[in-house]
Amino acid sequence: MGDILLTFHNFGFQYNAQSSPTLYDINFTVERGDKILIAGPSGCGKSTLVHCMNGLIPFSYKGEMTGSLTLRGSETAAMSLFDISKHVGTVLQDADAQFVGLTVAEDIAFALENDCVPQAELITRVREVAELVNIAGYLDHAPGELSGGQKQRVSVAGVLVDDVDILIFDEPLANLDPATGKQAVELIDEMQKQTGAAVIIVEHRLEDVLYKSVDRVVLMQEGRIIADMDPDTLLSTDILRDNGIREPLYLSALKYAGVSITPDKHPWNISKIILDEADARKVHNWYCSKDAEAADAPGETLLDVRDVCFSYNDGIPILKNISLSIGRGEMVAIVGTNGAGKSTFAKVVCGFEEALSGTISFAGDDFCSYSIMERAEKIGYVMQNPNQMISKIMIYDEVALGLRTRNVPEDEIRERVEHALKICGLYRFRNWPVSALSYGQKKRVTIASILVLEPRMIILDEPTAGQDFRHYTDIMDFLERLNRDGITIVMITHDMHLMLEYAKRAVVFSDGRIIADDTCSNILTDPEIVAAASLKETSLYELALKCGIDDPRGFVQRFIDYERRTVREARQDG
Amino acid sequence: MVNLFNYIDRPSAIHRLTGATKLICLLLWSFAAMYTYDTRFLVVLSVTGILLFAVGHIHLSDVSFMLGFTFAFLVINSIAIYLLSPRHGTEIYGTCTFLFGMSGRYAPTAEQLFYHLNYFLKYLASIPIILLFVSTTNPSEFAASLNRIHVPYSIAYAVALALRYIPDVQQQYHEISQAQQARGIEMSRKASLTRRLKSATSILIPLIMSSMEKIEIISNAMELRSFGKNKKRTWYMERRFCAADILCIAACVLLVAAAVALNFINGGRFYNPFI
Repeated sequence: MGDILLTFHNFGFQYNAQSSPTLYDINFTVERGDKILIAGPSGCGKSTLVHCMNGLIPFSYKGEMTGSLTLRGSETAAMSLFDISKHVGTVLQDADAQFVGLTVAEDIAFALENDCVPQAELITRVREVAELVNIAGYLDHAPGELSGGQKQRVSVAGVLVDDVDILIFDEPLANLDPATGKQAVELIDEMQKQTGAAVIIVEHRLEDVLYKSVDRVVLMQEGRIIADMDPDTLLSTDILRDNGIREPLYLSALKYAGVSITPDKHPWNISKIILDEADARKVHNWYCSKDAEAADAPGETLLDVRDVCFSYNDGIPILKNISLSIGRGEMVAIVGTNGAGKSTFAKVVCGFEEALSGTISFAGDDFCSYSIMERAEKIGYVMQNPNQMISKIMIYDEVALGLRTRNVPEDEIRERVEHALKICGLYRFRNWPVSALSYGQKKRVTIASILVLEPRMIILDEPTAGQDFRHYTDIMDFLERLNRDGITIVMITHDMHLMLEYAKRAVVFSDGRIIADDTCSNILTDPEIVAAASLKETSLYELALKCGIDDPRGFVQRFIDYERRTVREARQDG
Repeated sequence: MVNLFNYIDRPSAIHRLTGATKLICLLLWSFAAMYTYDTRFLVVLSVTGILLFAVGHIHLSDVSFMLGFTFAFLVINSIAIYLLSPRHGTEIYGTCTFLFGMSGRYAPTAEQLFYHLNYFLKYLASIPIILLFVSTTNPSEFAASLNRIHVPYSIAYAVALALRYIPDVQQQYHEISQAQQARGIEMSRKASLTRRLKSATSILIPLIMSSMEKIEIISNAMELRSFGKNKKRTWYMERRFCAADILCIAACVLLVAAAVALNFINGGRFYNPFI
């Protein structure tokens, strides 16, 4: 037995404002040196569990606790939030929002300042910790000047100054591009080895976390722990799929090929998995049994952008000679690192910002002569966070807003709003207030409020950011249906699964230019582009290499086609 | 985008002063400028204030929005004074010198114009220095200074956070307003004022909602890292007083002394060239 840090015993919790408990019968322990992944769909109680561990429950969020939760032998209910935070450090989900200090150094020093550590000691301690996470060169920088990965290093340093025994990472990958996410997983692994602390990672992107090993995966569903086992055992079952968690793509492929997954094959990581010849042959046979599908012929050009350049007042070029055409009925992903110019491109197209040079035409008309409002009737723009768009209390009014400002007669408004709400599956909520909806439903409201203007194209900024697999699937299936109904869809995204599964074509931005414009399977198997765009090669590619398939790109493409045709269409029809 | 209240990080002698020094100097300077109407003294303060901008490596263009705003306010204010009490100058200075051969209640007098000049100088002596203070004082250091002059640290930190988040909120406002314009919310000068006010709510509601989310996150982040645990805290950014700080405070104390002395010399707050 190791040194037990945290013990949940028949633990339960109910928020004061809620009529039923959020957590039931929680029993598990965390020992020194453990590395545990907690997974589960949204609303399964994993955030509540984290709040119980770091003390925000019961100190900031009130409610009733049952059973027992002990930290190093003492009941946490009898401790103060500050006592708990000496032992449990939490890195919150949004690295941007949790920056308290104005500079990196101050942010790292924050906890020590509050402990009245003298200034001289602050400075030496901050330097030590900054060196540990490799951010010492940036001590004077403001958070806005850092990349996503660097921000995360600062957040980690900010909790490591306290010499904590348990480090909790709450959805550490949510806001990171795939390459940075990979570095974050490495950082977490390294920190655990150096400090010997127990690490708890809450994340639903299982495959990405399992890039480095974990000791146990705790799976939650509806407030209960339904599995607490090592990843090899867990991945050999169907528990993940049955509970709305995405299993690693290479495992899906193996299962389609009829390979049985057992713990002794070490399925937790694609580079560690042991496949014998029979398995490889099964994969090979599966690959050969599927025909390559002919790509759809692109429709007539809808949006045509030629040689567009843009910079803000400071004169630093953001877009450099961008040329791109998008055909009617396409579903395109725009990918690239933060600051590569993806969002700016969308803003220039929608008329929020004016191009310095170049032309934009839409269905043959010169788009540059149109106002923002006129462009919005052709191309709708959906922001990432629905709360940034919703300005009315009632759902109906929110969706009607764009028509009312255009002085459309009220009876026509009713007809169009109801139609848009039906498309978005919100018709039965039409007389509800927006605040009664979930995040995913709010997202649909914002899409409905754009659709009501009957645009022929919609651009969505990170349509599925922060969503679990089920909500992701809901939103994406919905967009795919819209696409089938003839609306052209452009998605700006970091999410590789999204582009691989739903976009037929991906446009890669890097440093203000388009560096690739190809099918997603070609892009995600091209190491040069993958590196330039901060993407990650898909594990399907590695699987194909492992099984000796001579055309790994073709394998990836056939996997996508197969999923699209059989699995997804069955789900959407069902 | 316009710059409202922002710290501008350009190394200079003024940036190197401690926040507490700058705060004390600002208070003393403002007191001196508010206290006296002595034209000569106000000219000296105004010229010095503008020279200090050069010392602090702050360009007028950095603060142009706030300067323009102040100027507009000043013009409206002056017109109002003239309309409401066109003889205020005459009452103060005790003489009445009509200009341009005109006479009557609203005819310009030398005394009234001189009063307006002084009024203008008072603004010129005090507003730029406030802008200079804001542009050269690091918000965290400012918080440390407030705390040093015994403002509770929770309030001091709240002020610093607010200053820090102004650029973020501005950016958000800009983005939300773009998306709302696309839905037909007219924000340009073409729309009537009432319509624009109505439109503003459709930007403010999403702005407030998304800011509330952030506030919850940041307050959790602060609590989890022991903010509020003790009655006191230390400050990473706090700096010790050095010779320059003491010199600056001394200079500002002298300014106040000069303003008070002039009060006795002039026999009142006004310098009177008409007698």
